[in-house]
Amino acid sequence: MSILVNKNTKVICQGITGGAGTFHSSQMLDYGTKLVGGVTPGKGGQNWLHPTKNNVILPIFDSVKDAKKETGCIASVIFVPAPFAAEAVIEAAEAELELVVCITEGIPVLDLVKVKNYLKGSKTRMIGPNCPGIITPDECKIGIMPGYIHKRGTVGVISRSGTLTYEAVHQLTQVGLGQSTCIGIGGDALNGTSFIDALGLFQNDPETKAIVMIGEIGGHAEEDAADFISKNVTKPVVSFIAGQTAPQGKRMGHAGAIISGGSGTAEEKFKALAKAGVHICKNPADMGTRMKEVLW
Amino acid sequence: MNIHEYQAKEVLKKYGVPVLKNGVARTPQEAEKVAKSLGGGVCVVKAQVHAGGRGKAGGVQLVKSPAEVKQVAGTLLGKNLVTIQSGPEGKPVSTLLVEEGCNIHKEFYVSLLLDRGRGQLAFMVSSEGGVEIEKLAVEQPEKILTVYINTQFGFLNYQKAELARFLTQQKELQAKLISLFAKLYEAFIHNDCSLLELNPLVQTKDSLFIALDAKMGFDDNALFRHKDLAELRDLEQENKMEVEARKYGLSYIALDGNIACMVNGAGLAMATMDIIKLHGGAPANFLDVGGSATTEAVTEAFKIILSDSKVNAILVNIFGGIMKCDVVASGIIGALQNVSLSVPLVVRLEGTNVELGKKMLNEAPFAIMTATGMEEAAKKVTDAVKQTSARGRTQEISAGKV
Repeated sequence: MSILVNKNTKVICQGITGGAGTFHSSQMLDYGTKLVGGVTPGKGGQNWLHPTKNNVILPIFDSVKDAKKETGCIASVIFVPAPFAAEAVIEAAEAELELVVCITEGIPVLDLVKVKNYLKGSKTRMIGPNCPGIITPDECKIGIMPGYIHKRGTVGVISRSGTLTYEAVHQLTQVGLGQSTCIGIGGDALNGTSFIDALGLFQNDPETKAIVMIGEIGGHAEEDAADFISKNVTKPVVSFIAGQTAPQGKRMGHAGAIISGGSGTAEEKFKALAKAGVHICKNPADMGTRMKEVLW
Repeated sequence: MNIHEYQAKEVLKKYGVPVLKNGVARTPQEAEKVAKSLGGGVCVVKAQVHAGGRGKAGGVQLVKSPAEVKQVAGTLLGKNLVTIQSGPEGKPVSTLLVEEGCNIHKEFYVSLLLDRGRGQLAFMVSSEGGVEIEKLAVEQPEKILTVYINTQFGFLNYQKAELARFLTQQKELQAKLISLFAKLYEAFIHNDCSLLELNPLVQTKDSLFIALDAKMGFDDNALFRHKDLAELRDLEQENKMEVEARKYGLSYIALDGNIACMVNGAGLAMATMDIIKLHGGAPANFLDVGGSATTEAVTEAFKIILSDSKVNAILVNIFGGIMKCDVVASGIIGALQNVSLSVPLVVRLEGTNVELGKKMLNEAPFAIMTATGMEEAAKKVTDAVKQTSARGRTQEISAGKV
């Protein structure tokens, strides 16, 4: 078991003919993901060629609906540029895909408000935007993370960051702990899948024995997660919050990483998590060893 | 992106939000001229800086005549105004807003911003205008009313009415507020605002509502569709190195410490700052070179961090995902060929093409310390700083300075 994606998940790529779309589609295929096609409006009927493997080609469709009809895909990964990304998510939701992973960074927040509204009544779950994606090691990688650092196992990973997630995964793998599924929920102020959503899924997944949750400054998602954990999560959770040294009022790279009016600090978040019984980890180099201690 | 009060008032005027008669001045002579054109009576001179708390810092002054306006303008222009929000160095005052006076009967607080938890807009009002809203929210939350707007359905009439009733019992005034709130919402949505705040909104003695102060911030991600707003950016109000970094697609924030960092990814960059602190060091900056940083961008990143004279050591921490370690290595080598490295450099690479990246660094003709994990990297760089300062002290002692 794992959550959301596995070796049977059929995936398409929206924006497959762009630079990032092409590169990461080839990487996903190489990892073993069942990537079955791509969507680029106006290029339907053409073929996508793997940049390094001559015999690997994928069909390109004009729309997500066409792609679903022809391939039976249930998931999509989006590399569409920011001005058009919100529409791409809505298109995938209208085609009733189960999962949409939006990698795109820089989507206007009012566009995301619309997307969230649209998704409320739909069957589609969005992961992201501005995220590395989701991976179930050895089965399915939907996103841009380096596949080789992962190892199959029993720790679920949830994070607002990209490279900091790789850091955590790498540390887990090095101490001998594999991962069930790793989800990057994204660094924007609004996202499709929250910490709470992912925590609930991991709690219900029999393969997952423990959870690493990586937060950062800004907003109240970690505090909300702490409240949820105290009431609903029985599995051990290890947590690191990035930005203990971040100044107030400055946006730390991510659109959502800002301490405003003294609220959203790492200290508040650590406090809420500790109160909820989470094993907090203040040193980002200790995430792997801390989890090992907790599991032993 | 933030803009000045005078610019925000210009934008709001287009939506029919009432503001006082005013004019902008960049010299004392211009200020006097504006004051005369406003009738020559009482007016207010307001320093235009990107920081709150101007009033208490002396940046907003009530004056009685155009001659006095000129004199006050002379004391403000060309100076740095230090407020509770500006940082110790303050913000440069190069523009003044000269505005006519008005008879204030009551002050209110009005703001509109995104509520992240709900994914809706929060419209907030209070009868306590001119106060610190964060403080009020903690001490007297009952004095604030917030309604949440689902942008799909828009700002509904009953919501506007509820907000207006909270501020006044008079029907006639409620009608005026309802119309004003609708205009503010329209301005917020049309311009992709991140914040719209009137603090205070005033009711005059003749029962008019006027935006006495106005603060507007915009969603940087949406500026591509608001070219006119993007032009309002005042680079003078921002840190020079932050502005320079942005040109190359780098996200840089200056801090007070002496260990510079260069990291890919915002979360890892913050974590790197944190681990430097845990080892007793102090980060000099936040710097995210991004996911798709080119050799050129990495070179520029190096130039920027080396231009900070406080920097005693550099820690590069790259976990390759989208970004390949050999690209980072060639960026570092390229940069070191263009700048003279005067401080210790610790590089930690991990991820895609890590072996190639390390090999390139080890073969390069520069003193680069490589590290395998974050812990080792943080330890090496903080040790290097301690050694540098110890050496500096020894030199000072031998030179008889201490």
